[in-house]
Amino acid sequence: MEFTTWSSPHLPVDNSVERIMRQVLLALVPGAACMTWLFGWGVPINLLIAAVTALGAEAFMLALRGRPVLVTLRDGSALLTGVLLALALAPLAPWWIAVIGSLFAIVVAKQLYGGLGYNPFNPAMAGYVVLLVSFPLELTLWPAPGHVPDLQTTLSMIFTGTPPTGGTIDALTMATPMDTVRMQLGLGATLGELHRQPLFGYFAGFGWEWVNLAYLAGGLWLLRTRVIQWQIPVAMLAGLGAMAGVFHLVNPGIYASPLFHLFSGAAMLGAFFIATDPVSACTTPLGRLCFGLGVGIITWIIRTWGGYPEGIAFAVLLMNLAAPTIDYYTRPRVFGHRDRTPQ
Amino acid sequence: MAETSRRPLPAIDPDFTRRYHFHGGLKLSGCREAASARPIRPAGLPDRLVLPLAQHIGEPSECLVGPGETVYRGQLLARALGRISAPVHASTSGTVVAVEARPVPHPSGLPAPCIVIETDGRDTPVPDAPPALDYLQSDVDTLLTRIRDAGIVGLGGAGFPTRAKLARRDAIELLLINGVECEPCIACDDALQRERAQEVIEGVRILQRIVQPAACVIALEDNMPKAEQALRAALAGGNETGIRVVNVPTVYPTGGERQLIRVLTGREVPSQGFPADIGIIVQNVGTAAAVYHAVARSRPLISRIVTVTGDGVRDACNMDVLLGTPVSHLIGAAGGYTGHIARLLIGGPMMGYAVNTDALPVSKTTNCVIAVTARSMPAPPPAKSCIRCGRCTEVCPANLLPQQLYWYARSGNQDAAQDFGLFDCIECGCCAHVCPSHIPLVQYYRHAKTTIWEQEKQKKKADIARARHEARLARLERIKHEREEKLARKKRAVADQGAGDAARQTAIQAALERVKTKKDQNGTAPRNTEDLTPEQQRQIEAVDRRRRERARRPREPD
Repeated sequence: MEFTTWSSPHLPVDNSVERIMRQVLLALVPGAACMTWLFGWGVPINLLIAAVTALGAEAFMLALRGRPVLVTLRDGSALLTGVLLALALAPLAPWWIAVIGSLFAIVVAKQLYGGLGYNPFNPAMAGYVVLLVSFPLELTLWPAPGHVPDLQTTLSMIFTGTPPTGGTIDALTMATPMDTVRMQLGLGATLGELHRQPLFGYFAGFGWEWVNLAYLAGGLWLLRTRVIQWQIPVAMLAGLGAMAGVFHLVNPGIYASPLFHLFSGAAMLGAFFIATDPVSACTTPLGRLCFGLGVGIITWIIRTWGGYPEGIAFAVLLMNLAAPTIDYYTRPRVFGHRDRTPQ
Repeated sequence: MAETSRRPLPAIDPDFTRRYHFHGGLKLSGCREAASARPIRPAGLPDRLVLPLAQHIGEPSECLVGPGETVYRGQLLARALGRISAPVHASTSGTVVAVEARPVPHPSGLPAPCIVIETDGRDTPVPDAPPALDYLQSDVDTLLTRIRDAGIVGLGGAGFPTRAKLARRDAIELLLINGVECEPCIACDDALQRERAQEVIEGVRILQRIVQPAACVIALEDNMPKAEQALRAALAGGNETGIRVVNVPTVYPTGGERQLIRVLTGREVPSQGFPADIGIIVQNVGTAAAVYHAVARSRPLISRIVTVTGDGVRDACNMDVLLGTPVSHLIGAAGGYTGHIARLLIGGPMMGYAVNTDALPVSKTTNCVIAVTARSMPAPPPAKSCIRCGRCTEVCPANLLPQQLYWYARSGNQDAAQDFGLFDCIECGCCAHVCPSHIPLVQYYRHAKTTIWEQEKQKKKADIARARHEARLARLERIKHEREEKLARKKRAVADQGAGDAARQTAIQAALERVKTKKDQNGTAPRNTEDLTPEQQRQIEAVDRRRRERARRPREPD
């Protein structure tokens, strides 16, 4: 009898890129739901706009590049990029913000570099940073947590850029806790005074602490299902927490507590979902620790001394730059060799 | 070059209480039960046996028989060539019908020289078989010679000649008998230990006598309780040589020599080195049993236990198979195929190779035959781009960075691939098994290794050619130099001769002078143009004139 030959190993694989992307998307559900609960319809609308744009841009680019379109779209990586970007956007930002961000993320940051697996930078964060430096004002349109604007107001804000008659943007939006801390500290206020404001919740920014807890839960599930590895999130949170802890101990009046840093802004989203993007992060176990630590430390530095209230996007992109070098110098010791790097 | 570890080697605990970890590995769901449910059964006698001349690592053996010759069970058919080689014996009696290239169980699928025997069904033993040895009385050299002459090679899968593996016996601290199955699904070592524990133990005792190790341990997996029981029962009658039986966690690829050594002793075999470098010799349980048969029963290696399994065969089982039996015969003995077979594998599901025909013989290293339908092993999905997720790094037992290796292997950057430890890859397949992009990683590594070997071969050839060329240039230079020297010598000789000539000339001149003076004194004869008459003078002038005119006139055609 004649048979077909295949290369070993022959045991069927029970893992796939589709499965990984699907699980990451699933793990984002609690966080996204929590944000919707706090900030209203803007969150799902942004998600929809960004996802559709990302998928459309991916399909267009794949067709241009002569790659199989449907098979590749099904891997879910473009969808995930769109979703991650949307979750970073202000819920009341105009629609073209999500469109421009997704287009840049998919077309420039991903497909022009060769598509999935070849992008040196995290596409979602590249898109976000382009928006942040180009349209800083639009990215501040966060509603006050808990004061959810109704659907009509949200739609009006997103698609016309103005609140419906009778309202003002200022009445709808509110500076985020991170923004407030930066601004007020810059004006000479102390954290003690700030903490009495309604902006603060139990241990971090009001509302934001719940968002971060939800992302943390999703992230822990990803760790449990081995979709991501522990090194990057743990090192990033450790880096952020350690920097915040040391400076908070030195001067609690002007440096926010580690708890505030870990549970405000996009800390948990960044640690478990953004910094862990495998394509643009380090791949060696030790390298991943360095990468995470770097993201954490740079995030704290930008938050504390930089020009932006949140620093995760910049921190991730900066560490993306360093990833190949870190990987090169953190090769594990091969079995039977004396030193870490074989000669 | 083998590297020596900078850290001192961990001492070998005589009780083997501790289990060390190696990086990575996989807990694979075993399919061993299917074959282990039944006792070992004989595969029976096929009509024809095909015995490849190369069933081991090293030089192929040299055929000693020709077509038409009658051979007997245990007769030497092909002798070992060199130290790393093994002889081949007739598995039963019959007639040699051909010595020709046939398909053999090898990943390449290329045919190789084989001896084909038509069996006569009488199974007549060879009359001048060597006597059985009482191993307790025999000296080590006799035992080693017997092992070599019996054609014993490592039966765990690699097929390294056992005699050669026993060559370095100085300062061996541990004789490690490997009863851990190499891969899931394979059950031949398990069956052997369960049913023929006594043979294994006797074989181990012979090996102990040869190696004289400080300690000796038989290792098996923690999911082989029956085998462990059988071994312990076999040792219960008396264990003067202190053989220990221990189990190790069932993590693939613990059956690998280097991984097993690490798990039991915490020592790492140096990269490109051998276990003997760190005072350890490893032998497979099947090899130990074969040693027992060769020494105490005077039976060379002519059969082995083969696991026949997979959802493509009706009755999965372990079989006692004569070497040279066609795989199709084994399948028949296991009840035949169940349906459409998607793959036929020789070896395990992780490192075995798929073959395109079942007309292949069982060789010394064939431990398992797996026939599967597309249901249990569907065609792999198309490969996608690597997303650098690092799952491969997590599971690599050699602690390599498989995704980096893949990157360099794919781009043909052989230097970087070697720098990242390409040759430390044991091709266990863990990385490819977990790859979410379904990249056939091992295939890339094999290709890169083969390319490098080929390049090195070419380089060696080029080196030889260069050396020859340089030798030729040197020779030409030398010849030229010698010629120049010879010429110079000759010139000098001629110059010397020239000086002699001058002297002779002077002598001749002097002699002529003397004659002339003598003639002058005597008066010499006048020349014939002197004292001419006027008539003669005119005639001469007329002749001269004519001659001059003729020279001036243009030459007329004849």
